[in-house]
Parts: sequence; structure tokens; C-alpha cells
Amino acid sequence: MRRFILFLPLIIAIGIGGFLWKGLQLDPTELPSALLNKPFPAFELPALADSELLLTENDLKGEAALVNVWATWCPSCKQEHAQLNRIKAEGYKVIGINYKDERQKANIWLKKYLDPYAVNVYDDKGTLGLDLGVYGAPETYVIDKNGVIQYKHVGVVDEAVWQKLKAIIDQLKNGPKVATQ
Amino acid sequence: MRFILTLILFVLPISAFAAIDTYEFKDEATRERFKELTFELRCPKCQNQNLQDSNSPIAEDLRNEVYKMLQDESSNDEIMDFMVARYGEFVLYKPPVNETTYILWYGPFGLAFIGLIVLLVVSKKRKRNDVSEVDLETHLSNDETARLDDILKKGERND
Repeated sequence: MRRFILFLPLIIAIGIGGFLWKGLQLDPTELPSALLNKPFPAFELPALADSELLLTENDLKGEAALVNVWATWCPSCKQEHAQLNRIKAEGYKVIGINYKDERQKANIWLKKYLDPYAVNVYDDKGTLGLDLGVYGAPETYVIDKNGVIQYKHVGVVDEAVWQKLKAIIDQLKNGPKVATQ
Repeated sequence: MRFILTLILFVLPISAFAAIDTYEFKDEATRERFKELTFELRCPKCQNQNLQDSNSPIAEDLRNEVYKMLQDESSNDEIMDFMVARYGEFVLYKPPVNETTYILWYGPFGLAFIGLIVLLVVSKKRKRNDVSEVDLETHLSNDETARLDDILKKGERND
């Protein structure tokens, strides 16, 4: 018993050390989305390509898809753009939200680097971004065919991230609906 | 001329101040609420700053939103709920008390309690040791004193 008590501080120190070590591995900039398993927020905004065309949340429904928040002022968006083009080539639907950007610049960008988006919502004031809880572009959401948000990824979508997102979309499309975190 | 110059000197700093403070409130109470809310809401992008401190665009947007909601006569709770619905409980510098935050709220009290118990146990033990030492020195029976003298004498002889 006495001997055990002597070792107690060491055991506690190791326990706390393990706990803190785990904490070091976590990415504090990754916030859980408050909108998981909630319907996509309602909006009424013009399309990027055509200022006359008004889009609403209903235009996103119909098929499980990626919703990508991007802007020309965001360097990481440029980094992931090629990956988005590849995703489109694989036959998946990508919806764009052009976040606090200039229409002309955005349209030139899409001409220059190809356009992976099925449709682009032009959110120049960032109101939809605010309702989505966007805190830094790029952000990518997975929505199901009813427009319910199933997953959120903050940061660049690379091949590894895409495999994860793809698995979720495939599950939404084919398998029985299993709760994804 | 001199009077006008003095007047300008007096007015200038006031106008400069007005340019910094871009929000105009209908009364002092609303201004206080704005200060309080932006102090307690955390900027989602910059992690360790509140909305008041941060220069990031998102913090500016959220400040505008708080201001707009204050103008629309929203209550503090409504504004907090609005932020939490979008950015999660992360934005609250003062997290609500619920299952996931019990350890956060009550953990320190628990630790203080454990510390107190350890302190009590250790001090009690020490006191008991002290008492036994005192006993040795002052409460020797006649028999014991005789034996002690004996032992000491033996020691002297051996030297």
C-alpha cells in the first residue's frame, strides 16, 4: 500500500501527460459544424453566371452533392480547384458558393481554370456564408438529396479528403442511410 | 480669428473619435450591451480573440450582425442563440452548463476538494508524528529512564 502511494504521483503525471499529448494531436482550428444533420439554410441569391437568375436552397436538392464555398481572394481555393475538376470528371455534383467575391473576377477565374460547378451561388455580402457558419474559405459540405447537411470539411480538399467525402456521398446514394458523424 | 482656431481645435478630436466608432447606438444601454456581447462572443477564425478584439473579416461581419440585431431589438439570448446555431458553442467564451461541460465547470472544485483531503491527511499524520516524539522525550517511566541511563553508560565504556 505504501509503495503504491509512492508511485501515485508518477501514475497521475503519466495520465495527465497522455491526456495533454492527445490534445496536441487535435487541430484546434477544426470546429464541429453546428449545422450537421440540419437542412441547408434558406436563401435567395443570384447565380454567379447570371445576375437575373435567382437561386434558392431548393436548387441544391435532388442529388447528394458537394457544396464548396470559395472565392478568388482565397489562395487555398486555387490549390483545391484542380481536385474539384477531377471530382466533376468522376461524375459527382459540385455546387459552388462564391463567397464575398467580385462577380467579374470569379467568372474570369472559372474560364481560366475550368468550371467544376454545376451551379454557383453568388453570395457577395456573405449572408449565406453567415447562415452556414462559414469562418474561412474554402469550406466543403456534403448534402444529401433532400438538402440536409451531412458533413463539413474546413480547408483544402485534396485526394485524401475527397476519398472520405466520396465514401459519404456513395453511402448517401446507394446504401441505407447510416448516420455519419 | 483666435476664437475660431480654438473652436476648431476643440472640435477636431471629437470628429476624429467619431470616425473610429462607426456604430451609432440609440442609447447608452444598447452600447453597453453591444460591448458586452462582442466581449463574450469568440471569433470563430482567430480562436483566441473575441469579436471586439479581432480584425478578421469574419469578426467584422459578426460584429455587424450583432449590431443589426441590437437595432432590431433582439434580446441578448436571441443574439447568442443566433450565433450558436451557426458556429456552435465554440463561439461562447462562457460555455453553458451541460453534460459535456460538467468537468469544465465542476472539475476545479473537485480537484480543490481532493487537494483539501490530501492536505488534511498529511497534516494529521504529521501532527501524530509530532505527538509521539514529544511522548518519547517527556513521558518516560522510571524503568525506561533507568534503562536509558544504563545503555548510555555502556556506550561510554565501549569508547
